[in-house]
Amino acid sequence: MRALQAEGVKTIFGYPGGSIMPTYDALFDYTRGEKKCFDHILVRHEQGAVHAAEGYARVSGEVGVALVTSGPGATNTLTGVADAMLDSTPIVVIAGQVAIGALGTDAFQEVDLVGVAQPISKWSYQIRHADDVAWAVSRAFYIARTGRPGPVVLDFPRNAQVEEIDWEPKKVDFVRSYVPYPKLDNEAVRQAAELINNAKRPLALVGQGVELGNAQEELKTFLEKADIPAGRTMLGLSALPSDHPLNMGMLGMHGNYAVNLKEQECDVLIAIGMRFSDRVTGNLKTYAKQAKIIHLDIDRSEIDKCVKTDVAVIADCKESLPVLTALLNTTKHSEWRESFKDLDQKEREKVIEPAIHPTEGPLRMGEVVNAVAEKAPRGTVLVTDVGQNQLFATRYFKYPEKRSICTSGGLGTMGYGMPAAIGATFATDRTVCCFMGDGGFQMCIEELGTIMEQQAPVKMILMNNHYLGNVRQWQDMFWMRRKSFTKMMNPNYELIAQGYGIPYQAVTDRKDLKQAIEKMLATKGPYILECAIMEEDNVLPMTPPGMNVNDMMLEI
Amino acid sequence: MMCEERSKMKEETKKLYTLLVYSENIAGILNQITAVFTRRQVNIESLNVSASSIEGVHKYTITAWSDADQIEKITRQIEKKIDVVKANYFTDEQLFIRESGLYKLSTEKVLQNPDISRTIRRHEASIMEVNPTYTVVMKNGKTEDILNLYYALNEFDCVFQYTRSGRIAVTRAKQEQVSEFLEEREQKH
Repeated sequence: MRALQAEGVKTIFGYPGGSIMPTYDALFDYTRGEKKCFDHILVRHEQGAVHAAEGYARVSGEVGVALVTSGPGATNTLTGVADAMLDSTPIVVIAGQVAIGALGTDAFQEVDLVGVAQPISKWSYQIRHADDVAWAVSRAFYIARTGRPGPVVLDFPRNAQVEEIDWEPKKVDFVRSYVPYPKLDNEAVRQAAELINNAKRPLALVGQGVELGNAQEELKTFLEKADIPAGRTMLGLSALPSDHPLNMGMLGMHGNYAVNLKEQECDVLIAIGMRFSDRVTGNLKTYAKQAKIIHLDIDRSEIDKCVKTDVAVIADCKESLPVLTALLNTTKHSEWRESFKDLDQKEREKVIEPAIHPTEGPLRMGEVVNAVAEKAPRGTVLVTDVGQNQLFATRYFKYPEKRSICTSGGLGTMGYGMPAAIGATFATDRTVCCFMGDGGFQMCIEELGTIMEQQAPVKMILMNNHYLGNVRQWQDMFWMRRKSFTKMMNPNYELIAQGYGIPYQAVTDRKDLKQAIEKMLATKGPYILECAIMEEDNVLPMTPPGMNVNDMMLEI
Repeated sequence: MMCEERSKMKEETKKLYTLLVYSENIAGILNQITAVFTRRQVNIESLNVSASSIEGVHKYTITAWSDADQIEKITRQIEKKIDVVKANYFTDEQLFIRESGLYKLSTEKVLQNPDISRTIRRHEASIMEVNPTYTVVMKNGKTEDILNLYYALNEFDCVFQYTRSGRIAVTRAKQEQVSEFLEEREQKH
């Protein structure tokens, strides 16, 4: 407890069980009365604890903490750990373990957590004795939050929880084998500046690294000085405000049309804190071959992993961006920027308008997201689940403030949304809107219990189309319309909301939508707004998997 | 074993690389290192782990068939592991390399056929132990030297057992390349 306190932990998401009972017993005193320094949020499933810790971390910028028991408690966290690894989210998972004397004997609720967590965590470690606690916990937080952040797993055998020692605080701020902030190579910066200064059609790709490095302002100054249009990755959506004139939209398979096509036209591509995910690049063989590639990243192993770079600047972008900006000529690329407009207009006519302002037929996801985005207070945090709901929500929501997006990008974890939104409400007083489909809503539906108990003010927008919509869209497009197990029988969500005592409203008619959203936003505490969505709504535009980004389709 | 076609392809596009990895002496690192190979479906040809000349630092010498692009990615991902101090890859020209072979032969056959002893001498191998049943021979050298002796002895149908060690290697640079790095890190701290 004292080790967690020393790391500034305020909120713990957890679920007790046999081998973590000694820790939970100690926690009891630290969550009430004189000693109180933590809030413990009892979740309903350990996966929920980790996603909540992720949501908390993403919005607050602090390390999220999950506390669980051994065996199934520990294995239930693994989806969240892998999710946090792929999305560079700083969390620490502390799991109970059988006493070290029983390790390897297949004792009750024993699982080799360190072994299974190693490939999906930034660091995992077994705390075998009490005198190891202070060091290991401090090291865990140091590793989770520094450099490229990520999940750390601590396996905490029962004997180490009950051994009595004299408390000796330890603060780890150095690990000799780990270089979280590589030294900036000024020669690389100079080469990058030269490329940018000579560029006629520069394009920046902005990723979550900018948010993680807290370099949103440095990014703006950089882009503005050399007048560089920028696309954002899904995780980097709030790294550059959506109303910024140089923001050209979202990258990727379902991102914006112009910026995707322009990746194939630019002469210098500047990737900042992003990792060239296959969802962004499409076919690597044809991706941005005409361009010189500059890659700014804190993680050396990302350089040349997917796209060969001409200049790599390996450093924290908070440090590298200002140095690079200083070497840039103040310039204008008006013609290049203007050239995005025709394509934007095309997308607006063919895709955006029909999606957000349809006039007939059942409700569509785009219009629901757009209507919420228009009514929600400035700075609202968007949380999404995974699938069509995520793609529509990320496309049509607005991000004027930093740290405004929680979504499962790399792992694409259905069920992420609801618990991550719970975590987000403990990190901020801003409004938290969580868009989910009927599939993902049911994948961590048990967390409605946590929302009820905590009265966590999650505004849940359930976009129900009775389908696993994204898979259904792919089946229609690439699998001869054979809808193999994507149609879903749903429960009566109103009764479920009643069961949990959560205010609920359903919208089936377009004319009721705005009023329903206003009511949801005006209601204190949690809320479920169920929208009856057109069954076969498709997310567009789309670059079919493995195709070239310039083959992006505006219609099917 | 690889099928013939795969081996052929391997020879055409791939090279044998040696990775030198230095890590802290913490349980479970070997697992983490080999997992990086497994994930990319690269077979480890040989592996040697031992304490290095730096106290508390372990040295891994790993060989694998790969190409420059892939081995670079593998090396960087290994080095990214928190408790890995340094990882670098080398081709044979950049290293001094040794392996050991042990050959357990039938003493009866060695005595019957003087060509066997001649072969052992010609290959500059040494005899470690002789008893009425078996004779143990050791040969240090490069992979092909050790294999050649094995093939030669096998001709006499006298080999009971044969084993070849993993590779050990030192770079042609003066110091363990990792010591400077560690000094620099400690100084900064």
